[in-house]
Amino acid sequence: MSEILASSPSITLKNVSISLGGRMVLDDFSLEIPAGQVTAVLGPSGAGKTTVMRLITGQLKPDSGEVWIDSERVDQMSARQLNRLRRNLGVLLQNGALFTDLTCFDNVALPIREHTALPEPLIRRLVLLKLQTVGLRGAADLYPRELSGGMNRRIAMARAMALDPAIMFYDEPFAGLDPISLGVARRLIRDINQALRTTSVVITHDVGEVAHFADYCCIISDGRAVAEGTPDSLSDSSNELVRQFVNGLPDGPVAFHYPARELADELLEQDLSR
Amino acid sequence: MSATSSPPGRLLNPLRQLGRAGLFLLTAFSRMRLTRFQAAETLRQIYFSGVRSLVIIVTGGFFVGLVLTLQTYDTLSRFGAAEAVSTVLALSLFRELGPVLTTLLFAGRAGTSITAEIGLMRATEQLDALDLMAIDPMERIVQPRLLAGIVAVPALVLIFNVCAILGGVVFAVFMMGSDPITFWSNMQATVELWRDFGHGMLKAVAFGFLASWLAVYFGWTARPTSEGVALATTQTVIATAISVLILDFVLSAFML
Repeated sequence: MSEILASSPSITLKNVSISLGGRMVLDDFSLEIPAGQVTAVLGPSGAGKTTVMRLITGQLKPDSGEVWIDSERVDQMSARQLNRLRRNLGVLLQNGALFTDLTCFDNVALPIREHTALPEPLIRRLVLLKLQTVGLRGAADLYPRELSGGMNRRIAMARAMALDPAIMFYDEPFAGLDPISLGVARRLIRDINQALRTTSVVITHDVGEVAHFADYCCIISDGRAVAEGTPDSLSDSSNELVRQFVNGLPDGPVAFHYPARELADELLEQDLSR
Repeated sequence: MSATSSPPGRLLNPLRQLGRAGLFLLTAFSRMRLTRFQAAETLRQIYFSGVRSLVIIVTGGFFVGLVLTLQTYDTLSRFGAAEAVSTVLALSLFRELGPVLTTLLFAGRAGTSITAEIGLMRATEQLDALDLMAIDPMERIVQPRLLAGIVAVPALVLIFNVCAILGGVVFAVFMMGSDPITFWSNMQATVELWRDFGHGMLKAVAFGFLASWLAVYFGWTARPTSEGVALATTQTVIATAISVLILDFVLSAFML
């Protein structure tokens, strides 16, 4: 495969099926993520959003189907090829996943030191520029434990874009953020997308936020893509599941109750067994 | 009844674990790269697992020497052989007690800490983050800790032995009034450099390797929950204690 991906690659999942722990997570799932845009992958908890990200990054291999980044087939890559691919991916994990024994500066410098032979003064400049982008240059010498959750996530964002990746993934970037941090995260996703001309994929269940940053959306439910389109087209959708999800209704195609027997039957059985 | 809870399953489970741990070790060694980073990180881990275990090793060693001399002195005095106390002390320390007790203390102090650290790294997605940055977590996390144990335990065994002999000197010479020249010359005359001291140090290297292998393995395979990490640290101590005692018997049988 090529050393470096095109600056804004497109991503394609074709008829992908995968089961984890005996449960079918994605079933004949197909998705086209357009190049150079911010795409939001939405869906209720446990719908398989993070699995989609793990398939694209090559952490998981599908039981069947194909995963493509531009003209490179990810699901058939060797470990060495995957490593080369991942140097062009930036991933913001749900908890930030910063190394607690390293300062914020060293966390951001880690991928640069590992994958380049740049001299230390240049690395210092690059890291400070990345930290400046996320507004935390002043926190360079602090440890992650000395910062708030929102700030940690911004440092993790700086680390994810340290090598100017072609694709940025954000796994639940808004979970647990206060309104100010949320606004900052939203703006950063757009800014990074424009500045680095990346293809950005945001995994989120925060449907209210999508219209503010995404160009394109995909809603996953029961292992399938049930709706795709621009944020506006989704809010106008007549699909029952999309409407339940967009309006946050507690019951609908996604049931409120976990599958169980009838309550009356269960209570009656208890009474009889006494 | 699940496959693992049935009687044959329960018997096979430790074997399966052993197989997985073996494969894990093979993977760790097959991806070994000797770089400047590896050397620096290994030194850092020697500090964390070795230097920071010094308090428990020095205290433990001193009191083991003290109590061992006390009991031996009392027993030998009944046969009029109290001057042989330094011989018994040195031989039991160099051959058995030094390596075994040091490894057990190391497992309790550093092994649990390594397991918990790696387990928490898994739970907080730090290992995933390394993988996604195309940095091999085996190389960055596992190998330095594995190598550190192999270096730290023999060094700690030496320190343990020295402290235990000091404990023996305090009791026999300063408290019971034994002749210091007899004490040291008896020890010098009976302890053989290779057969007693050398074999003990070989054991120390083997135990250090075993303790750090089990610590990193249980951390690596810990379920990413608080309960999973707690269970993994317990497994580290139990598995290390049992396997060190078994290996000690096997090695002793071959060395004698």
